Amino acid sequence: MTALPTSHGRGAPQAGTRGARNGSLAWLTVPALLFFVGFGVVPLIGVLALSFTTWDGIGDIRFSGFDSWRAVLTDPGLPHALWVTFLIMALSWLVQTPASILLGVFLAGAQRYRALLSVLYFIPLLLSSAAIAITYKALLDPNFGLGAGLKIGLLTQDWLGRPVLAVSVVVFVVSWQFIPFHSLIYQGGVRQIPRSMYEAAELDGAGRIRKFFSITLPQLKYTMITSSTLVVVGSLTFFDLIFVLTAGGPGDATRVLALDMYKRGFQANLMGPASAIALILVFVGLALSLLLRRLGGGKSDTSQLEGA
Amino acid sequence: MESRNTSRRTFLSLSMGLPLGAALAACGSSGPTRPGGASGGGTKATYWYLSTQPQEGIRTAAMERFNKANPNGQIAGTTFQNDAYKTKIKTAIGAGQAPTIIWGWGGGGLRSYVQAGQVEDLTSWFGQNAAVKDRLFPSSFGAATVDGKIYAMPCETVQPIVLYYNKKLFEQIGAQPPQSWGDIMDLVPKFNAKGIAPFSLGGQSRWTNMMWLEFLFDRIGGSEVFQAVFDGQKDAWSNPAAIDALTKMQALIKANGFIKGFSSITADSNADQALLYTGKAAMMLHGGWTYGSMSTDGGDFVSGGSLGYMNFPPVDGGKGDPSDTVGNPGQYMSISSKASPEQKEIAKKFFASVLSDEEVKAWVGIGSVPIVKGADSAFGSSKDAEWLKFVYGIASNAKTFAQSWDQALSPTAAEVLLDNIAKLFQLSISPQQFTSNMNAVIGK
Repeated sequence: MTALPTSHGRGAPQAGTRGARNGSLAWLTVPALLFFVGFGVVPLIGVLALSFTTWDGIGDIRFSGFDSWRAVLTDPGLPHALWVTFLIMALSWLVQTPASILLGVFLAGAQRYRALLSVLYFIPLLLSSAAIAITYKALLDPNFGLGAGLKIGLLTQDWLGRPVLAVSVVVFVVSWQFIPFHSLIYQGGVRQIPRSMYEAAELDGAGRIRKFFSITLPQLKYTMITSSTLVVVGSLTFFDLIFVLTAGGPGDATRVLALDMYKRGFQANLMGPASAIALILVFVGLALSLLLRRLGGGKSDTSQLEGA
Repeated sequence: MESRNTSRRTFLSLSMGLPLGAALAACGSSGPTRPGGASGGGTKATYWYLSTQPQEGIRTAAMERFNKANPNGQIAGTTFQNDAYKTKIKTAIGAGQAPTIIWGWGGGGLRSYVQAGQVEDLTSWFGQNAAVKDRLFPSSFGAATVDGKIYAMPCETVQPIVLYYNKKLFEQIGAQPPQSWGDIMDLVPKFNAKGIAPFSLGGQSRWTNMMWLEFLFDRIGGSEVFQAVFDGQKDAWSNPAAIDALTKMQALIKANGFIKGFSSITADSNADQALLYTGKAAMMLHGGWTYGSMSTDGGDFVSGGSLGYMNFPPVDGGKGDPSDTVGNPGQYMSISSKASPEQKEIAKKFFASVLSDEEVKAWVGIGSVPIVKGADSAFGSSKDAEWLKFVYGIASNAKTFAQSWDQALSPTAAEVLLDNIAKLFQLSISPQQFTSNMNAVIGK
């Protein structure tokens, strides 16, 4: 109180710092914004422009109106690629979500061995997709793979040579790789559920299963939406693993949209149609993530958690 | 809470901003300079080539010999991995950053460079330097020629596709190598009955399947069937010989002619060759380059004389010449039209030095046949003399040495072709669907 003049003197520069800090904060977003515009927005506009041209990647770029779009939209390959993309998306969601929730709930326990297990489960996430694909390809080889080596008939299938099996293998490997990641998300979600809810339920005589379905699952709603968005949007752009594992084969059984785009653009030198597919991918991805946000009631920022 | 968020964001922006700034600075200083432009001691021509050994050593040695002999006009080489190179060279040419000497496979890829005006016309140079042209296999110039003009210097080796077989397995079932398509179909049940796959095939690579069609089309209808496709004639794929070949192909697949699971085997991993030398498959149709890898990977399979090889047998009643073959008639070097006149002169000088006696010896040393007439005189001392003579015989006696289809066609048509071939081998489309799908991209 005695130091009123000084406190005033101190206060003024403080306000000044705060103002400068806000100003500098806005300014600090500029590099990130530049980065995003330079490597995100500008290429996207470029792709939009390219989709109205004919270009083989080498010669001159010629404007050709809606030719590329017409070629892509009338190609029977497009509905097929969309179907395969959505099939793999739906199957990997169906496999990953229940498995990740169960693992996440299990790992959320405080026991020591569970902490150890969660470290072990995390390992697949540390490997690169290409390395995983090469390894699985070697293991699944019908003549030199695991089945042939151990002489187990059941494992000696033409895993990547039959359409149904190839899709299943892709879903399996994708799930194997990403279940650890989603388990981690659920583990965090479960740990945030207040203990008091379980205690109240126990007083009412609820068993383990009842508690899981009545407390854990409803409380994980927003975690599920986050995780599902990642699964869905992630599987849209799935490329490296499929490219190495099956190259879209057998025939075109695992040719997802992203792979179709690559093949058209960089193998068939059709940059126009490839750009059109890239835009379709962008639209589908945006639409899906919007849809998932809507499913969450549009206010996934709010929480049901106590005290939050 | 808020301040923690902002500080993290600040850190992120900085961490993203820095590399961006660095990238922009790098673009500013090095972007526009043409690689190999006048730098330091005099003009240098640039040359990009593949890094696979043992071929890389031979390419580098040839370049170094040239540099030693021409201190005033040197070549700077850069090596790339095979698949990386294919994308890299396309992008570089598209961006006007091509090396002076563009190494490639000729055919459809070369044609797309020519159409974009990116490579030099060498016709008149070959006219003035007839000696350079006359010492090479005439068949090697087909894939270097676009619309009657020569745009590339053929170099390196000839790689026909041949039918390999495992002699031990033929002894085991008491059979002779096939002399006709009928023999092939007869051999299939005999091998299958013994639990041996008749043919190995790396079907996931797709071009491996294509080699079968290349030979069947030729043996049944003659080289003109595919030539019509190449020339862009309307509905050329609907030729009755083509339908017959595609039907025969599917009949062999349905009879279990290929190893179980062939469509999940890739040629890149050499698993298809392993099937042949480990005795799981009796025969394999493959490129001449696999001889070298089978002799290194296959233990005593090649050195012990178990590997047999022959040209693809005729098809009964077919019109094709049984001496015809397909494959890579050579490798090719073109000159970028964006290079400076001095660089172009150096490149031409280098072309004149291609396949010197030392280089020929080096290629023979690794079991390959250089595209030089009379290269067979260097075979005598080689441990692979018999194989080399066989390849030289095929290459020099072939009435037609067709280029691989995927190399001959434009990249656009080649991709559709490989896609449809994969489906044909999956039996998911009929020969008629194949021909109508392929007719749609003729001339594209």
